[in-house]
Amino acid sequence: MTIALQTFDLYKSFGGITATDHVDFTLERGARHALIGPNGAGKTTFVNQLTGVLRPTSGRVELMGEDITKLPREARVKRGLARTFQINQLFATMTPLEMIALVTSERLGRGTHPFRALDRDPDLVAETAEILTRFRLDDIMDSRIATLPYGKQRQIEIAASFAARPSVLLLDEPAAGVPEAERRELMQTVAELPDDVSVLLIEHDMDLVFRFATRITVLVNGRVLAEGTPDEMAHDPAVRAAYLGEGAHV
Amino acid sequence: MSAGTFETRVRQALYASRRWHPAEIVLWVLAIAAFLFFPRQWLLLNEIAILALFALSLDLILGYAGIVSLGHAAFLGMGAYAAGLLAKHGTADPLAGLGAGMAAAGLLGLLTSPLVLRGTDLTRLMITLGVALILYELANSFGSLTGGADGLQGIMMAPVLGLFGFDIFGRTAYLYSLSVLFLLFLIARRVMHSPFGLSLRAVRDNPLRASASGVPNGRRLAAAYALAAAYAGAAGALLAQTTQFVSLDVLDFHRSADLMLVLIIGGAGYLYGGLVGAIAFKLLQDVIASFTPQYWMFWIGLFLVLFVLGGREMIHGAIKKIAGRFARFGRGGAQ
Repeated sequence: MTIALQTFDLYKSFGGITATDHVDFTLERGARHALIGPNGAGKTTFVNQLTGVLRPTSGRVELMGEDITKLPREARVKRGLARTFQINQLFATMTPLEMIALVTSERLGRGTHPFRALDRDPDLVAETAEILTRFRLDDIMDSRIATLPYGKQRQIEIAASFAARPSVLLLDEPAAGVPEAERRELMQTVAELPDDVSVLLIEHDMDLVFRFATRITVLVNGRVLAEGTPDEMAHDPAVRAAYLGEGAHV
Repeated sequence: MSAGTFETRVRQALYASRRWHPAEIVLWVLAIAAFLFFPRQWLLLNEIAILALFALSLDLILGYAGIVSLGHAAFLGMGAYAAGLLAKHGTADPLAGLGAGMAAAGLLGLLTSPLVLRGTDLTRLMITLGVALILYELANSFGSLTGGADGLQGIMMAPVLGLFGFDIFGRTAYLYSLSVLFLLFLIARRVMHSPFGLSLRAVRDNPLRASASGVPNGRRLAAAYALAAAYAGAAGALLAQTTQFVSLDVLDFHRSADLMLVLIIGGAGYLYGGLVGAIAFKLLQDVIASFTPQYWMFWIGLFLVLFVLGGREMIHGAIKKIAGRFARFGRGGAQ
């Protein structure tokens, strides 16, 4: 089986407005896949249905062949589906160390332990240390997250999602709002994600999309307009007209 | 740097957050010293210890899980009546009564937890308030069991552990309450530094990210709520046993409201807020009431307004500074 995540005829409407219009979407295993589309195309609504923030009106979502359409968010995480958020969702009063330790302890099933000390858990310590190093957070692991620069917070957002050891990782505009100076490190982080993780990137930044993705899906008005390799998408007249515009640089 | 040494750093950093701060030890030594130096104040000290335990209970849900409550007296009352009734009709052993109070209140907490899990702060305030009101009226109408407005009278307690009989000076009362407070505090401290405690802070900080990290928010909050309820039940049991009397007053609204004040004074979310707040609140009440018995509420009201408007940062800053000085006497300190 080579499919990591798949939707079947996914449909979502808010009142009379259709946000997701019968989307059949496939994310291959190990993919570097980008989902693009103009503002209001329904990208985030689509992701929210994948992760369980929203329930689809109809249709189905499968993760590794298992129907997860009705599972709560935390159960999807346990099955290997993790995400970052467009707007940082962090534990502001914690340190990066504590936040990564929390995600790791939940992944290891320690969350219900009421008495065990965190530092007395060798697996937890080893995994937490590994994630902090991988995402270059080791120097700042003891600072309160709320006091860190935005680019670092963005980095923690990705690290925390990755700490759940997902097989599928959804990155919702990871570079949004990151100042130019901190951008390079963030893009490097995204590029360095291990190959066995299937990544779906939702992004506005065409630079990042074309550098990162080997496959692109274009969403317009909640519908899949086109899908193909970056090269095909860059030269697709419908995509150019609907999304990239006339002066698009690709 | 090799992976091994960084792991050691991570382990040490995780340990640092649960290491005993010298100021903590000083506080507990003072609590024991108070017993030796103020024998005439044992009854007041006992009241402080019980209020501190009650406030610790609220801190577990407010400070760590982010659940506001205006009806925490429901659990205090449940614990008090359970302990009182057991002493009257079952065994007079204090520890059995303590267990009964905690179990009854914890069960009530577990049963009512679904009500407080959903909703905003405002709905939580109303629901907790409502549950406490219902319990108050139930205790009032089942007079044959609870003694109604007259209260539950004729409670006789056996000596603690069969050794220490209760006396009118409050000697056994304070030592008993302080021991229970200390023991339950140790457990709470341990729990809040565990993976479970960390997950509560996660839910409080950001429920969306918590569930996206695999935390089943509802179940964790329910467990925390039941635990806090059991702690409040323990405070209620101590109250019933050391005063040998239970009245409807234990379920009264002012109990819940005072408790909020205690935590506002002491600060929530670091376990000592309830203790510091209880000491400050009771001493303030005692001092003001001694020179103006009728109008002490006026002064405490004025104090609160000023405190919340600006004094809090100043007082908490001063406490932190003192704690920091203690830390320097110890080796390095935690923060």
